[in-house]
Amino acid sequence: MSESGRHRVDAVLGALLLAGMVLALYMAFLHAPREKTMGDLQRIFYFHVPAAITGLTAFAVNFAASLMYLIRKNRWWDSLALAAAELGVVFTAIVLVTGPIWAKPVWFVWWTWSPRLTSSLVLWLLYAAYLLLRNYVPDPERRASVSAVFGIVAFIDAPIVWFSIRWWRDIHPAPMLETGGLSPSMRPAFLVCWIAFQLLFLYLLRRRMALEGARLDIEQMQRQADMSR
Amino acid sequence: MPLIEVQELAKFFGRFSALRSLRLDVQESQFVSLFGRNGAGKTTFLKILAGLSRPSAGAVRIHDPAPLAPQAARGSMGYLSHDTALYLDLTAVENLRFYARLLGLPFGERRLTEEIERVGLGGRGQEPVRNYSRGMQQRLAIARAFLHHPKILLLDEPFAGLDQGGTDFLKRYLAAAHAGGKTCLMAIHDVALGYELADRLVVIERGVVALDVARSSLSLEEFQQRYRTIAEER
Amino acid sequence: MIGKTWAVFHKDLLIELRTKDSLNAMLFFGIVVLVIFNFALESVRETVRAAVPGVLWVAFAFSGTLGLNRMFAAEKENSCLQGLLMLPIDRGIIYVGKMLATTVFMLITEIVIFVFCLVFFNLTVWREIPWLAVVFFIGTLGFAAVGTLLSAVSVNTKMREVLLPLILFPVVLPILINAVEATNIILNTVDYGALRLPLTIMTVFTIVFGTLSYLLFDFVLEE
Repeated sequence: MSESGRHRVDAVLGALLLAGMVLALYMAFLHAPREKTMGDLQRIFYFHVPAAITGLTAFAVNFAASLMYLIRKNRWWDSLALAAAELGVVFTAIVLVTGPIWAKPVWFVWWTWSPRLTSSLVLWLLYAAYLLLRNYVPDPERRASVSAVFGIVAFIDAPIVWFSIRWWRDIHPAPMLETGGLSPSMRPAFLVCWIAFQLLFLYLLRRRMALEGARLDIEQMQRQADMSR
Repeated sequence: MPLIEVQELAKFFGRFSALRSLRLDVQESQFVSLFGRNGAGKTTFLKILAGLSRPSAGAVRIHDPAPLAPQAARGSMGYLSHDTALYLDLTAVENLRFYARLLGLPFGERRLTEEIERVGLGGRGQEPVRNYSRGMQQRLAIARAFLHHPKILLLDEPFAGLDQGGTDFLKRYLAAAHAGGKTCLMAIHDVALGYELADRLVVIERGVVALDVARSSLSLEEFQQRYRTIAEER
Repeated sequence: MIGKTWAVFHKDLLIELRTKDSLNAMLFFGIVVLVIFNFALESVRETVRAAVPGVLWVAFAFSGTLGLNRMFAAEKENSCLQGLLMLPIDRGIIYVGKMLATTVFMLITEIVIFVFCLVFFNLTVWREIPWLAVVFFIGTLGFAAVGTLLSAVSVNTKMREVLLPLILFPVVLPILINAVEATNIILNTVDYGALRLPLTIMTVFTIVFGTLSYLLFDFVLEE
């Protein structure tokens, strides 16, 4: 896609995103009904859960990109994997921050070892490890290969982790459980927020990859400058 | 058709270019001595040839006779650096037995002992390699690296740290290999030694080939002069 | 192929039996962990038997990480790794050989640590030993299956051995969760029917990651 073509897509996406986010805020805070037991605090749900879903989407993208890199050895896939992992870490961090904000007033504790929160924590650790690993491999080809391998391992590990934690919680039940239920009147707001988050993910992904492309371009220019010296 | 074909090889780490557009074709049975300052790219080049590292751009083809990537041509190559790749806690025989097994060579005890004697370590095969001097370890490393008598010998500063006896031994070994039709690429600092063993002299400077001549076309002094000029150009 | 895998396995075993470098470090560290936990759990002295499964597997995981580190760090000495990489073999052979060697070293260490644990925490276990052996074996195999891959990954990074626990522990969590729970079932609740699920998860994990690591190993070793 040409430069101007790319800019046009970004502009449209950005506009859509802005509209989506404004709509999401409206839906979550004004349109959606007030929840019976938790009151307005429950509205955090409209951001907490979409963030979790978007985080998972990001990691799925990382998995696919990692696989494609090992097959094609094209650095574009590596850039995609990196961008997706970073965004996944960010969105999962949102989950980990909104969780305690939600939990404290309701259950009087900052952290509940609930399945979702615990799995999110481990997921966050996995992909933070991915980013850490990338940081310590100086050879770009090797870095791409090695992080692709780790990305694949992490993604395949994730369901097993989730399942193990879920089962473990069944054996050691905790008094506080998350309300996952959605009454029909809440669904529109949830849907809008979910779509808004996915748009945010898409937009940031494109921007991050453009950034990475720019970084590689600068490196190439630096190499050429060093050469002619 | 050259045995080793190197097309526009490049390797970079961020803004640092170890190799930039390096072109070098090596014919079978040639002995190429690679010269260049530290950091000129010799080690990176040899590692890519050996399949130990992947290039950022360009390609290496080993025509064996079908064109192969270095990783696929490992059976035809031997790589020796100044690190010996020997297990210090095993004896010489145990080291060679291990490598022979993994190379798929059906060497029995007798053959292994022969290989050890061939590099001048006869009688000391049952000692742990930890007890060997640097020169002895390098001799064993030679036996290890070329146990399968590969077509292509890749050597990265093999004379480093060797005493006179070790140096003489390695000189004789390489000369014999060359005479026996082996293709050799050797990175070396000692200009006289590199000149003596080679039939082609290549200088790598700042990631590209700066000089590529047949040995017969220059005397040692002439070559040293040209080499010095290249090294001083900044 | 089996012969070559055996050659890799046998080489590591031979070196270890001669030097005992890894085994000593692993054993010592595992026992130190037990001692530290003794102090850490002072306030719950009466119910310490309940904590034993967790303590045990933490000790196993930490000492296992030491062993995993040595697996490839030792190959860096004299660039032996380069020697291995120049061999015209399927690199999965290196993976399997080292994975088996790690499992053996870890199992040896675990048995000794377990005995010390019995002594330190004043436990008697006789009937439970067969099932414990099963859990230890599968858990260790699973740990080594993914640990060997990640050890190869971390050994060539700038941080080397320091990186391994960081990338290993999140991944290996299912093994630890299920192994601790299974050990707990055997030692404390004695509801053997409930063993099926954790053992299944651990076996699935081992098979999945054993296969995955074997397939991905080629991409991980370079230089």
